Amino acid sequence: MRLINQRPSRGAAIIVAALPFAALVVIYLTFSDIRLEANPQDKLLPSVESFADAIQRMAFEPSVRTGKILLWADTAASLQRLFIGIGVSALAGFTFGVLNGMIPWFSAAWSPLVRVLSMIPPIAILPILFIMFGLGELSKVVLIVFGTAPFIMRDMEQRVRELPGEQIVKAQTLDANTWQIAVRVVAPQVMPRLMDAVRLSLGAAWLFLIAAEAIASTEGLGYRIFLVRRYLAMDVILPYVAWITLLAFLLDAAFRKLNAFLFPWYGTNR
Amino acid sequence: MTSGTAQTGDSRGALIRVSQLWKSYPGTAVLERINLVVERNEFVTVVGASGCGKTTFFKLLLGEEQPTRGTIFVAGKPLAPEPGKDRGVVFQRYSVFPHLTVLENVLVGLELRRSKFLCRSFGRRRRDEIEQCERMLERVGLLSSANAYPDALSGGMQQRLALSQTLITGPEILLLDEPFGALDPGIRADMHGLVRELYSELKLTVLMITHDLSEGFRLGTRLLVFDKVRVDPHEPDAYGATITYDVPVSRNRNNGNEPTIAALESGV
Repeated sequence: MRLINQRPSRGAAIIVAALPFAALVVIYLTFSDIRLEANPQDKLLPSVESFADAIQRMAFEPSVRTGKILLWADTAASLQRLFIGIGVSALAGFTFGVLNGMIPWFSAAWSPLVRVLSMIPPIAILPILFIMFGLGELSKVVLIVFGTAPFIMRDMEQRVRELPGEQIVKAQTLDANTWQIAVRVVAPQVMPRLMDAVRLSLGAAWLFLIAAEAIASTEGLGYRIFLVRRYLAMDVILPYVAWITLLAFLLDAAFRKLNAFLFPWYGTNR
Repeated sequence: MTSGTAQTGDSRGALIRVSQLWKSYPGTAVLERINLVVERNEFVTVVGASGCGKTTFFKLLLGEEQPTRGTIFVAGKPLAPEPGKDRGVVFQRYSVFPHLTVLENVLVGLELRRSKFLCRSFGRRRRDEIEQCERMLERVGLLSSANAYPDALSGGMQQRLALSQTLITGPEILLLDEPFGALDPGIRADMHGLVRELYSELKLTVLMITHDLSEGFRLGTRLLVFDKVRVDPHEPDAYGATITYDVPVSRNRNNGNEPTIAALESGV
């Protein structure tokens, strides 16, 4: 049988999927052992015990200095910034996309500006944001908004335009005015597409969040990683990276589930 | 357009009147010298080769596109330059809203008419409207699927839904753009029956585009053929199509029609 026609069974698929992960762990442990054998003080590839220690310290014991459990305080601070930022982006993207996709005069006025804004690399304006909004929460949230809103706006505009023209004509023959078409035909149909756009923007949102936290912050997941980098504390950095990855994965899965639950008509119809 | 009360002075006159209609795009003439008078309760089918401008003519009637020259009058008044509630429509595809269930797809027409801001009706009125929609769904044989989404329906059922969605608000004119083009022959025959019945029950004026000549003959009371009379072989887009045949169709289907079809097919 040709290779292109051979498919793994369900069990085989799980096993082959697990192999690369297992290989990664084995390779890490081997090299970690070799280095620690040579120098027990080595910090580059910590042992499993040091990870367990670090996780115990960061996730379960209050910090001696602040009295807070650091991992949870960092997670709460980061997620708050992420959610506010992405929420503002979603709202802006939805409003702008529906108006822009539906109303030719609106799009004639605003589309060129958004197109230009979306070309600016967001990190390049981070200094401007710090100067304008200070080093507090606002500049971090604005960076996330600036980094994700233009994409969501343009994606939403595109999704609105993609709705079959027949539906818009049909609504007009049912005597719908512009507002009614927006409320009953366009908005409900781009909602699940908005959820998709937000989900796809989460990766970029994390990037901007961590960048902003690395430069100026007093707590947050990105702040912590860059802080402990000074002490080569790989035993903290790696669990933090794994935790961020897990959070990103869970958010993505949650958005998918929520979309399927809220919009049962969506998905099959794509 | 200026006064809210309908002018019914011309009630026994022609419902649709098209005079000296031309439509061209830059470099391409599509339609030329279209003149047409459609009386109330006529069932007009429009046939023609693909690219002969019948879909353009349909869009002009809908108000989706504007004529280059000439005017379309509906009930004696020039057509507004956008689609409106006096002309219901069913397209070949995408006629129904995928995010609404079957019942909601029909209900939405009533809600849009009554509730201009919230776009929804509530309470007793809503119950009455749902009842009205359920009667309509029962009429077209969709009541058992009332809570399904259109995606779960077959092509024929989706077109039944599109018809009931359009007809619930009671438009005088029904425009059909190859509504059965994507259906299997058996389903198509069922749909023909349904459309004929609705046409006589609701006293509709129907204008249907089809590429199937025999369908045009079987369904309509009058058949129009669109074709180009002037052709420049060096520049095929120089001249547009016009109405080349305008034949009344006898309702007595079993005699007399077949030879006419043959004659017309050889003519086209």
